[in-house]
Order: sequence, then C-alpha cells, then structure tokens
Amino acid sequence: MQRHFDQEFSGLKDQILKMGDYVQESVDMAMKGLTERNLQHFSRVHELEILVNQSHIEVDEACLKVLARQSPLATSLRLVFSIVKINADLERMGDQAVNIAYNGQHYLAAPPIKPLIDLPKMGEEVKLMVRESLEAFFNADIELAKKVLIYDDVVDELKDKIFKELCQMMKQDPSIVEPALNLILIARNLERLGDHATNIAEEAIFDASGQDVRHGSAKP
Amino acid sequence: MQETNSDLKPKILVKDLNFYYGAFHALKNVNLSVVDRHVTAFIGPSGCGKSTLLRTFNRMHELYPRQKATGEILINGENALDPKEDVNRLRARVGMVFQKPTPFPMSIHDNIAFGVKLYENLSKSEMNDRIEWALHKAALWKEVKDKLKQNGNSLSGGQQQRLCIARAIAVRPEVLLLDEPTSALDPISTAQVEELIHELKKDYTIAIVTHNMQQAGRVSDFTAFMYIGELIEYNKTDKIFTNPDQSLTEQYITGHFG
Repeated sequence: MQRHFDQEFSGLKDQILKMGDYVQESVDMAMKGLTERNLQHFSRVHELEILVNQSHIEVDEACLKVLARQSPLATSLRLVFSIVKINADLERMGDQAVNIAYNGQHYLAAPPIKPLIDLPKMGEEVKLMVRESLEAFFNADIELAKKVLIYDDVVDELKDKIFKELCQMMKQDPSIVEPALNLILIARNLERLGDHATNIAEEAIFDASGQDVRHGSAKP
Repeated sequence: MQETNSDLKPKILVKDLNFYYGAFHALKNVNLSVVDRHVTAFIGPSGCGKSTLLRTFNRMHELYPRQKATGEILINGENALDPKEDVNRLRARVGMVFQKPTPFPMSIHDNIAFGVKLYENLSKSEMNDRIEWALHKAALWKEVKDKLKQNGNSLSGGQQQRLCIARAIAVRPEVLLLDEPTSALDPISTAQVEELIHELKKDYTIAIVTHNMQQAGRVSDFTAFMYIGELIEYNKTDKIFTNPDQSLTEQYITGHFG
C-alpha cells in the first residue's frame, strides 16, 4: 500500500540527490581548475558552495519535520537517519572542494613545479567514489557500496605516494616549498573527500540492510 | 549498563498454544517466552489475536462460553491452563487492566480493598497500609490521599485508569496484563501511565497490548508482532523497530499494511 508519507521520504531522497549533484560538480570544477589552470572553474566552486549550504539547511529541516510528524520506523527510520548523516557528509565535501579551489588558486599563482599525474588520478578516483557512493545509496546497492569502501584504500595509497614525492622534491629544492605544500594540501582535501564518500557508502549499507559496517564492525 | 542475556529470565512460557472461539481458530500454535521484570508489547492489526493471547494468561476467556485454549502457559513453571490450577489464585498472580477504566461504583478506598479482601484477611491498619502502598505504586497517592472516601467514578479518566492499576497491584501480582490501557486517555494521562509502566517493571512482569506503535517503542523492552492468530516475529523492541526480520512486521510498523 502506497502512503502519502512515502512521497515525503522520496522527496528527502530527491533533495539529497540534488545536493549530491552540486557536490560532484563542485569537486569536478575544483580539479578542472587545477589541471586546466583555469580560475573561472574555481569561481563556479564558490557559487556551488552557496547551493550546497542552502541544501544542507533544507534537508535538515525536512528531516526534522518528517521525524516529528511521521515518527518513522524500520526502513523509513533508517532512511531518515542515513539522510541526516549523508547531509552532513555532503556539506563537508562541499567545503573540501572549496579548499581545493583555494589551494589551487595559490598554486596557480606561480609556475607549475611538475606535471600533475597522480593528483588528477586521485581526483578521478575520488569523483568515482562520490558518484558511486550516492548511486549505492539511491539504488540500495550494497555491492556497489562495498566497492566504494575498497576504493578508499586506493585513494589513501595515492595520497601517500604524492606526499612522498613532493617531500622529496622539497628537500632537493626548498624554493618550491610553497607550491608543493599547496599540492600536498589538495591531496589531503581529496583524501578527506574520499573519507566522506566512504561514510556515505557505509550509510548506504546501513540503510539497505540495517548492518552497521563502520569501524570494521559488522553487527547484524 | 548493557543488559546481558543472562539477565533475561522467562516468567511466562507459552508452548504450542491454540485458541478457539467456537469453531474459529483464533490463536495458531503460539510459542513465546515473556521475560521477567521487563515489558513485552503485543502489536498487530485488529483481530490478530493479541488481546486473546493476553486473556489466556489469566484465563479470562473462561468467563465466556464456547472458548477453548489448548497447549501450555507456564508461569513460574506451573501450567496456567491446567484445570486443577485455582483460577482465582491465578488471577491474583496475573492481574489485568483493560482499555476502558473500570472503577467499581464505590469509594477509592473500597475499590482497592475489594480485591485484597478476596485473597487476604488483613486488619484495618494493614489494609490501609496496603491501599496507601498500592496508590503510591500507581503514582496516584498524592492526588487522592485526601479523598479516599470519594467515589472512584468521580476521578478523571487518567486517574481512574491509575486507580485500576492500583487495584490490580494491591493483590501483589507477579504479572500485570495491560490491554490497550491508554487508548481512552488524553496525552497527559497517557504519559503518566507510561511512566508508571516504566516504574512498575522493576517489580513486575508486564505484558501490554497496544495499537500505538510509538507507545510500544517507548514502553516496551520486547515486542511481539501477531497476524491472523500467528506470532510472526518476537524480538527486542530495538530490533523490531529498526530492522525487523520479517517483511510483514516491516509493512505493519511502517503503516504499509494491506
């Protein structure tokens, strides 16, 4: 039996989907700005941040209303609970994209210190994680969510590799410390984005199955 | 502190229980363990058998003709359905409160004394102590201590229901059966009765039938979901209300039934 409040729950999902689109575009623009050395893309990141922040408040308000009025239980309760947490993750992801834009802007103020290879690769992995974690949530696809959890290790390895390479370069040529630090910070921002995507994937698993897989726990 | 499974002692053990209203098979092979000093909620759509099940625990069904229960209901190991079991003694051990407050048309004092006199021979002062104790337990003493001679029917709906709970407690039962005890009460009285349930479970095993999912969630430790005479799922309330095992339970508690 379809109930009128089902529309409210699917409305919440739609709101989170829209916010997820903003965040994906924001990460994409931030990385494009860096790799294409185009400051205009960074401006778009700042525009998107405003939309992400608006959505953050709207989704919280909508969840609060649903909890107060519908007293959801079981799958409906898990859905609202997951959306509240994903909402917080997406907002932080929006902030990380802004951080990439800031650090990228500083980096672009000087000539490039190296061809960017691993950082764009890391960016692609993170974008995939973001897209697939949200897909897993919307489609209740546990297998896809589990795949995202594995990607996080790949992202962490890339970050370690970038850190190591740039530290080495800074030791050899201290004059590049500032731009190298900007790249290290961007790698750190991407790593944090990956962590938030991991959180979303974990929420997707919880929403779909009731299983809490955070911190290596897998309580039924 | 987290409760461990060893803290969970069964008080009522229902084994292969079947119940018939004439030819109608109302309870089908129900097996269940009601945990001592905890609250178990029975939920399910109207006609699912939850009130019927509750009434078999103290053989209230025997007040009506053509009703028959088979199987076992072990309370502290003794079969409540055994014809040799003294039904009056059973009803003293297993008290019941109904949907509509049912004070007797007599004083508040006598409402409580009435049941006690059936089972015990107390002196006047002992009886007064018992009445005060029961009213304290039912969180009603402060409101009625100066009007014990007033008719029970003069109280508000919520007070009347707490008087009925006091009356049930006064005979010192081990189990308290509550059949939709707040469905006729306003939200304030409902909250008072729910708080009372929370207090009473320290001393009594409580089984409650309710149509209010939120109430089941608030007051119970365990929840049993019934459907067309069958026990579909029984588990800790936390589990039932966040991630039930059966899709029928899920559909019912999320309001997607039928």
